[in-house]
Amino acid sequence: MASSNPAVIQTCGLSKRYRKVTALSEATLTVPQGRISALIGPNGAGKTTLLRLLAGLARPTGGEVAVLGGAPRQDPAFLAEIGFVAQEIPLYRRLSAEDHIGVGAHLNPRWDAASVRQRLKGLNIPLDQTVGTLSGGQRAQVALSLTLAKRPRLLLLDEPVAALDPLARRQFLAHLAEAVAGGGLTVVLSSHLLADLERVCDHLILLAASRVQLCGDIDTVLAEHQVLVGPRKDTTAIEKAHTLVQATHTARQSTLLIRVGGPVVDPAWEAADVGLEELVLGYMGQHAGPAFSHLTSVGEDQ
Amino acid sequence: MISFRLDGRSVVPPYLQIVQQVRQALRMGVLDVGDKLPTVREVVAATAVNPNTVLKAYRDLERDGLVEPRAGHGTFVVGRPSGPPPGTHSRLARSLAQWVRGAREAGLDDESIESLLRITLQAAADEEETA
Repeated sequence: MASSNPAVIQTCGLSKRYRKVTALSEATLTVPQGRISALIGPNGAGKTTLLRLLAGLARPTGGEVAVLGGAPRQDPAFLAEIGFVAQEIPLYRRLSAEDHIGVGAHLNPRWDAASVRQRLKGLNIPLDQTVGTLSGGQRAQVALSLTLAKRPRLLLLDEPVAALDPLARRQFLAHLAEAVAGGGLTVVLSSHLLADLERVCDHLILLAASRVQLCGDIDTVLAEHQVLVGPRKDTTAIEKAHTLVQATHTARQSTLLIRVGGPVVDPAWEAADVGLEELVLGYMGQHAGPAFSHLTSVGEDQ
Repeated sequence: MISFRLDGRSVVPPYLQIVQQVRQALRMGVLDVGDKLPTVREVVAATAVNPNTVLKAYRDLERDGLVEPRAGHGTFVVGRPSGPPPGTHSRLARSLAQWVRGAREAGLDDESIESLLRITLQAAADEEETA
């Protein structure tokens, strides 16, 4: 469908080092227009660093990044196009939603105050009460409504629903999806809640160990992988034709997550489609080291 | 107007759940030719599903000649899935519900009922093949 859409985000070899620590390494990725992209990865994988680089809040130490056709920068023309909601929701706790609407009107050239009021009234969130007295879910909705009032073309959200209960999460994501349905908006959303992401996102960026492991439309990425189950045997033949992402073995059985390089010809393997959760855990487990490996080999009986 | 229930745990992908629910509503007579489907925006606001998922489902239904988008007005039902006329399904559903009640009273749980149904369907298929 929209694969011919222009890229809203395009990076090539994007890297960020803080003194001796590499937060993001050689990240090359593309997010086409109109996608809701899930930014997934273990803690410390570089998700927040990537979002800050895209928002122009941090400078890359290597590689290239283009957001909406230009380099992210701290100037009004660029910032007017970008909505960024950081992990700790950036609101003034002593101000009300209505106060925030007033502040926003001063700071933003295209400001849709009416949309914020209408949305918050629809959710029964009081406009005149200080934001500090609202629930976490209500604060997240206020922040999202205010950010959307800028009419941004790209929205970057760093774990916006982590602290919300299931109903507040669903309402928040419905609000987000509705904004995207209106057209002209692209979203990158980091979260650990795969079930939520699978529903609302159609694109995926998977980071592990500071590197991009996967990037693409979720349907396409899933179709490129398979799980093979068969009697325990050497995986050399499989690795010749396919990319082995993760192998787990018991004494008798092997389970392989592969990135498919062609048809699986050996009839000893039973091939099955892979779900998002299985895929993400497979890639994360690959980089988790020995501390994690006992979790993936619980069937070991030797 | 109908609304969609999307089960995140189902093995059926969300777009296909939408397609199946529209087809089901047409078969049951809940939806008929001329009726309007909810807009993409309405579905998304109610279910938090990706807008492209709904578009994909509606395109599938359009390709099968069941619905048609009208610019600026929404998506409308223009055909019925092939099969028996509407009402047939609800009539059969009623007698099946009665059968299920009987099966429960006889002590069958859902798993036994499902396996009985599968066996019966298989037997009917075998019979058709040999006939």
